[in-house]
Amino acid sequence: MSFLSVDRVTRRFGPTLSLGEKIAARLGADVETRAVQAVNDVTLAVEKGRTLGLVGESGCGKSTLGRVIAGILAPSEGAVLLDGQPVMQGTNKVTTRVQTVFQDPFASLDPRMKVGEAVAEGPIAHGLTARAQAAEYVAGWFARVGLDPAWAERYPHQFSGGQRQRIAIARALAMQPDLLICDEPVASLDVSIQAQIINLFLDLRRDLGLTCVFISHDLSVVRHICDRMAVMYLGRIVEEGETGAVFDSPAHPYTRALLASVPELVLDGEELVRFAPIQGEVPSPYDPPAGCHYNPRCPFAQDRCRAEAPALRLLPNGRHAACHFAEELPAG
Amino acid sequence: MSVLDVRDLRTHFFTRAGVVKAVDGVSFTLEKGEILGLVGESGSGKTVTGFSLLGLVDPPGRIVEGSIRLNGKELVGMSDRDLRKRRGREISMVFQDPIATLNPMLTIGQQMRMALEAHGRVGPRAAVTRSEELLAKVGIPSPRARLRSYPHEFSGGMRQRVAIAIALLHSPSVIVADEPTTALDVSIQAQILHTMRDLARETGTALIWISHDLAVVSSLATRLAVMYAGRVVEEGPTAAILRDPRHPYTAGLIASLPAMAEPGTALTQIPGTTPSLLSLPPGCPFAPRCTHATEACTSEPVLERHGTRGWACFHPVGGVPA
Ligand SMILES: Nc1ncnc2c1ncn2[C@@H]1O[C@H](COP(=O)(O)OP(=O)(O)OP(=O)(O)O)[C@@H](O)[C@H]1O
Ligand SMILES: Nc1ncnc2c1ncn2[C@@H]1O[C@H](COP(=O)(O)OP(=O)(O)OP(=O)(O)O)[C@@H](O)[C@H]1O
Ligand SMILES: [Mg+2]
Ligand SMILES: [Mg+2]
Repeated sequence: MSFLSVDRVTRRFGPTLSLGEKIAARLGADVETRAVQAVNDVTLAVEKGRTLGLVGESGCGKSTLGRVIAGILAPSEGAVLLDGQPVMQGTNKVTTRVQTVFQDPFASLDPRMKVGEAVAEGPIAHGLTARAQAAEYVAGWFARVGLDPAWAERYPHQFSGGQRQRIAIARALAMQPDLLICDEPVASLDVSIQAQIINLFLDLRRDLGLTCVFISHDLSVVRHICDRMAVMYLGRIVEEGETGAVFDSPAHPYTRALLASVPELVLDGEELVRFAPIQGEVPSPYDPPAGCHYNPRCPFAQDRCRAEAPALRLLPNGRHAACHFAEELPAG
Repeated sequence: MSVLDVRDLRTHFFTRAGVVKAVDGVSFTLEKGEILGLVGESGSGKTVTGFSLLGLVDPPGRIVEGSIRLNGKELVGMSDRDLRKRRGREISMVFQDPIATLNPMLTIGQQMRMALEAHGRVGPRAAVTRSEELLAKVGIPSPRARLRSYPHEFSGGMRQRVAIAIALLHSPSVIVADEPTTALDVSIQAQILHTMRDLARETGTALIWISHDLAVVSSLATRLAVMYAGRVVEEGPTAAILRDPRHPYTAGLIASLPAMAEPGTALTQIPGTTPSLLSLPPGCPFAPRCTHATEACTSEPVLERHGTRGWACFHPVGGVPA
């Protein structure tokens, strides 16, 4: 049994309609009444101490899956098990062993609360530290993430973006989690500050033996820090495997296109930057195409792809891919 | 003659807390059809530079010094009326957030027609033809039908294309694009980069592409200008700068990219933090973070030209050329 196992998780979002809209829809007005299948039958496993990267285009369901794993959102179907124990019971999170760091550290910190109090709140509530020792406890975590412990008395607006992200990390770590979900933790940061936070993350992961799920649309960051990666497309996992191997030889046509679309500095030979856009746009999540969701944009699509959704299956090279023709794709 | 010639531009904000020297010594030139990438970290003055070029800086800010020559005409000190005449027609801007550019209450066709009429009368038929032509050029499928759509009926990527089409309506000599793909997805970003590169090639419009993402700008810019604390600290052909950065800040920026390190290893960091523009040390603003800094750096280096490139540093990486 893996440390983290995501077992056939589906998460739907119904339309949130006002009474007026419901009546209008009944009368035939153009109101969206369909549900979005944000996460669709996802199965994943992460071993202890490993980092799984979750990538894919905007709206493909990365954050939703991250929130389900973190126990913030209940799955519509399926379950998430941490060390064999469910993360949620009904709609209640029943563990503190999983914590989350979000993209926008400002939005996740209460502007009227001193940052030291924000970090101490959870650990006090869960008995990880006594109120009397809380200041010392917080100081330890501040030092650990590279913040001056004296800054615990300050308010969030007195910090830069990079410092706020360190506070958010300290707050998550102070709960002593075994599993850390990071949802685009460096996306809003400058390159130079991004490097500091990534280095901090690498240190902490090593020293604390953390298991992580790292959500990012920046593939160079994922390549740098993740052991394995999963590629999502319209709610489904289309490929999963060892990061280096996925980059070197993507098995799914979508992974190929996604990797090729990112401008990458290569700096060797004549070439400086390499990229090729994916054709077409992501289809509406309300009305995904039948069969393989990627078929309208896929240069290799055949009749079977339009009729039958491919299951995520294990290929001979140890990769998981959801493509009927993964073994038969032309090289390149 | 260059399309745009910016010399020693200084734009300051006179705030209650003090004078914020947001742009404090920016020089570059732009030739017809050229794409210049303006890069630098948050707060380095990229957007204020762009706004200064369009005459869009509002009080408490103003251009305190320098020259901006657009097609040979000096823009600094020009009346608002004359500036407005040039905005949109000779120079236009695409913003990071297309939602801020587009009016949600009007159809795309109505907005394009208004933009066309801002510089003289245009017949309804001519307006439709021109709008359709440009929507097609930026890659919007069935452009004629799309003229009747409202902004919310488009995806983020398509909205940004519409904003680009509007910026192109009058075939301006220069377009300033401020992080136009930052809010977009990687895949859509690549499509827009391609579109822009082809458009610059076809129409001869020169582009200033503002971004903090070096890989993104380098994919289309022929030249780069690197900003730090309101100044251009290095400028030159993209390939030369990426392969052989001279300013220690540029070198640090390139070295800190994840793509430059072995997976799983620590990334190279630029030590220290971005300085506050209110209390810059005298001399080179990068000196407190610079491993090359010496006594000499307490006086301020100016951007010196060396062939096709230039840098503002007394101790450039790789030494001073003979
Ligand atoms: N609370 C919600 N109510 C209704 N729909 C939602 C809700 N949250 C997410 N969705 C929908 O679920 C889908 C997946 O969204 P999600 O935020 O998980 O995507 P993502 O991959 O994280 O995208 P991004 O890269 O833009 O953050 C989208 O179509 C989104 O509109
Ligand atoms: N209206 C204003 N009043 C006072 N200071 C301002 C004003 N507008 C900008 N500034 C300051 O000018 C400096 C440069 O800002 P600018 O927006 O040009 O940075 P930027 O390089 O575009 O950064 P980013 O990458 O975050 O967009 C910043 O320190 C900013 O705080
Ligand atoms: Mg998300
Ligand atoms: Mg800006």
